Amino acid sequence: MATAELIEGRTGSWEVVIGLEVHAQVTAAAKLFSGAATAFGAAPNTQVSPVDAAFPGMLPVINRHVVAQAVKTGLGLDAKINLRSVFDRKNYFYPDLPAGYQISQYQQPIVGHGQIALDLPDGRSRTIGITRLHLEQDAGKSLHDQHPTQTYVDLNRAGIGLMEIVSEPDLRSAEEAGLYLRKLRSLLRYLGTCDGNMEEGSLRCDCNVSVRRPGGPYGTRCEIKNLNSVRFVMQAIDYEARRQIRLIEAGGAVAQETRLFDSSRGETRPMRSKEEAHDYRYFPDPDLLPLELDPEWVAALRADLPELPDAKKARFVADYGLRVEDADVLVAERATAEYFETVAAGRDAKAAANWVTGDLFGALNRLGRAIEDCPVTPERLGQLIDLVADGTISGRIAKDVFADMIETGEAPGAIVERKGLRQVSDTGAIEAAVDTALAAHPAQVMQYKTNPKVLGFFVGQVMKATQGKANPGLVNELLRRKLASA
Amino acid sequence: MALDKSAVAHIARLARIRVADGELDALAAELSHILAWVEQLAEVDTDDVQPMASVAAMRLPMREDVVTDGDCRDAILKNAPQAARGFFAVPKVVE
Amino acid sequence: MSDLTGLSLAEARAGLLSRQFSARELAQAHIAAMERARPLNAFITETPERALAMADAADGRLKCGAALPLDGIPLAVKDLFCTAGVLTTAASHILDGFAPPYESTVTARLWSAGAVMLGKTNLDEFAMGSSNTTSHYGPVENPWRRPGDNRPLVPGGSSGGSAAALAAHAALGAIGTDTGGSIRQPASFCGIVGLKPSWGRCSRWGVVAYASSLDCPGPMARTVCDAALLLQVMAGHDPRDSTSAPLPVPDYAGALVGDVRGLKVGIPREYRAPGMPAEIEALWRRGAEWLRDAGATPIEISLPMTKYALPAYYIIAPAEASSNLARYDGVKYGLRVPGDSLDDMYERTRGEGFGAEVKRRVLIGTYVLSAGYYDAYYLKAQKVRNLIAQDFAAAFANVDCLLTPTAPSAAFAIGEHADDPISMYLNDVFTIPANLAGLPAISVPAGLSADGLPLGLQIIGRAFDEATVLRVGAALERAAEFRHRASFLTA
Ligand SMILES: [Mg+2]
Ligand SMILES: [Zn+2]
Repeated sequence: MATAELIEGRTGSWEVVIGLEVHAQVTAAAKLFSGAATAFGAAPNTQVSPVDAAFPGMLPVINRHVVAQAVKTGLGLDAKINLRSVFDRKNYFYPDLPAGYQISQYQQPIVGHGQIALDLPDGRSRTIGITRLHLEQDAGKSLHDQHPTQTYVDLNRAGIGLMEIVSEPDLRSAEEAGLYLRKLRSLLRYLGTCDGNMEEGSLRCDCNVSVRRPGGPYGTRCEIKNLNSVRFVMQAIDYEARRQIRLIEAGGAVAQETRLFDSSRGETRPMRSKEEAHDYRYFPDPDLLPLELDPEWVAALRADLPELPDAKKARFVADYGLRVEDADVLVAERATAEYFETVAAGRDAKAAANWVTGDLFGALNRLGRAIEDCPVTPERLGQLIDLVADGTISGRIAKDVFADMIETGEAPGAIVERKGLRQVSDTGAIEAAVDTALAAHPAQVMQYKTNPKVLGFFVGQVMKATQGKANPGLVNELLRRKLASA
Repeated sequence: MALDKSAVAHIARLARIRVADGELDALAAELSHILAWVEQLAEVDTDDVQPMASVAAMRLPMREDVVTDGDCRDAILKNAPQAARGFFAVPKVVE
Repeated sequence: MSDLTGLSLAEARAGLLSRQFSARELAQAHIAAMERARPLNAFITETPERALAMADAADGRLKCGAALPLDGIPLAVKDLFCTAGVLTTAASHILDGFAPPYESTVTARLWSAGAVMLGKTNLDEFAMGSSNTTSHYGPVENPWRRPGDNRPLVPGGSSGGSAAALAAHAALGAIGTDTGGSIRQPASFCGIVGLKPSWGRCSRWGVVAYASSLDCPGPMARTVCDAALLLQVMAGHDPRDSTSAPLPVPDYAGALVGDVRGLKVGIPREYRAPGMPAEIEALWRRGAEWLRDAGATPIEISLPMTKYALPAYYIIAPAEASSNLARYDGVKYGLRVPGDSLDDMYERTRGEGFGAEVKRRVLIGTYVLSAGYYDAYYLKAQKVRNLIAQDFAAAFANVDCLLTPTAPSAAFAIGEHADDPISMYLNDVFTIPANLAGLPAISVPAGLSADGLPLGLQIIGRAFDEATVLRVGAALERAAEFRHRASFLTA
């Protein structure tokens, strides 16, 4: 495998080997094995059923929709769907794990091998292997900072369905890991199987990091737990790789351990609670039976999949003639791609792409808004492009009209009329303005003979005189003609 | 497999059951006795036999994705040895 | 009124329907009997007010001719079933004070059929035992004693409180759970009928779990017909239990046609265990003759894996239990013993909250699932379990049911077998195979031991064929004419 991302140490170059385990919260109304709600932000313990709190005699019953979501995600990852999978109990004690075990899938997950394609910034593309995807329950939340001597436990999250998506150790740099996470997030959001909201914990990432001599045997890995932003993932990997290299180069050895990322210091450190050797005592959950899926059901889910980012991108390049980089940006979010396609329908697609990736993204960024609640509808942005195309306004004026649209949400035609921005294409009026400008600046008229760039100066003068409404094509043409004969 | 004192201490720790030091030896002997007895299973030839986790000859049933339960905080916390401000409370965990 | 407690459930139902007595009178008679039986320690919690309120409601329906199937019938409930708002202990210190906010499916079905709850009966802690001596609330005494011998005997376990309450006429019916014989063995020890249904026939929802793949709620009664009437209400598919069988429930009482002609009854050779008391073997032979006389055909068959059922069980059940009992950690309900840290709290709570037998099984279960031992113990036991199930499947290709003794002995004295867990485990040698294979089985009182104690015979049937089990059980019952009453009633 060709890798450009080697790290130079004191004793030579090192290759970083990264595998990610992503926990993605399944989008569903109810929990994986109980009928309690999953909404984010509810008051503590108000979305907890006796099943979630592991009351005596309570039993799990699986949510069909959550199973369907996992299958859809597997299909989106181009992965093998296992028609028979098994739920196991993973046994350990922790206050946010009320039963003393997590229902998970161990030896027989619902989804097997799959892959994700990454397009690297240098134009190369890489395929990252997916080892597996399995379904499991989320744990509750422990709050350690609410009381001097107590930990508080909120079980609202306990029992929500998670997909654990495990990659092969195929990633070779923090940048690749970041790209992978963004790509995975985009895919999940397209599929509607996870909202991808990292701040709310809907997507959490564990990173397995090791270093080795290029092409050599794998080194000992450390697992960095529970990273909740792409930036932290990248920082943690960078820090951890350099820490391991420093350690080995100083004659030490990497200890296999679980580490935490301290985002305020940008460092990883070993978890303080000394974990005894992991012994989860997995065994098949006797309260459940093996999960068996009908091939026809899986086929129906497959037929129902939306167009996914890779396919959409290829289509944008082929059908709209967009540049790959523009297509990349436009397909990252399904909502953006849909917005773009509405704007582009029956119009110059490149102009549409420029407006969306340029002025629109800029405005949304400034407003801190998502495209879903953009004040300018794609239909109206399309109308604006039409006004430029048919010569009603100039491209320059269009920028002002757009700013107004963002502000007021008004239709572009209405703004143009209200502000009287209609482009002047009346040759007589423009000719008068041209004549006035030429008469006012005889020195510049003389300069034009030796320096044709002076044309720009006169264009500016004429536009100023017409408040920017003069048709720039006509202005240029008239000026060129009159200056030549002056 | 005969269990020694330290093996029993390890299992007891995994199971979060406090066993007094003085009881470990007796417990080790007792558990070893039971294990030695169950080990007669080794006589049975189980090559090519599938493990049986359940006798049920049926498929795992699935339910619809509907909220039917859960808005019952008081009932959930009512039996708790210690609760505060709507949370379960436990001795502080140091991470 | 004391004769009201001597009726069978079916007789009491007839008396209620014909208005010979009211449900309130019937409840009052049983509340009094329950109080008289207190020395037996059969109940952990008595619920007399609830019983009277339920009886009054039943009387209201009986009066207007809208009687429900079990209207006004007073029942005892093993304290392993969660009952809404009523202390539910599993006979463990660790569930101190726990009152669930929900009602188990099986008890809910009984109450909505009009049955009356008398109280919650004692059991071995978390249903782990065969003598009802491991309860945090003290041992239960068998209402039977050996003639001329005043030593208290065990009622069997783990549903010992339910069995004792029935034998002491302190309830018309009772419910228990059977994981390795916990309904059938105490039924045999107390001279009553106990039915373990097929796994999946009665919902486990709301039943405190011991070993999920084996636990079966089931009826206990004084006659086979009464057991059928109870099972009729208890059985049925429950969408809240993923392992509940989505099968129709046949008419069980209707199946008691009294005719077993043409049935083939397997007599498994391997149950003739070395050291089996001669009187047990004689009773077993007599049982086969009764069935032959009734027109059935006893056939000797082989279940080669029989001797491995007990050790397989003592791997599988503790393994599941070690996980099922992890939830008792002092956080959500029940006992908490304070500690310096979270782990200290966990260890103290579980160290003090669980009794010796529960700890023993949790530790064994933890060990057999732990890294490096899983294949040798747990996986091996699951494979042996498969072979045991295959044994039964092969037998049922040729026979309609099996006849065996229920237990290898009659009731023993409290304290006996206490020194050696394995000698205690051997009590369930004849009952455990049906649990491993998920099959229905009934124990019917069939005679007395030489020292005057009840002995039961067991009928094991095909999966979900409780009807045949009940039909053959009724034939045994008719032939045995077991009319003896516990010494507690005659003293
Ligand atoms: Mg993991
Ligand atoms: Zn996980």
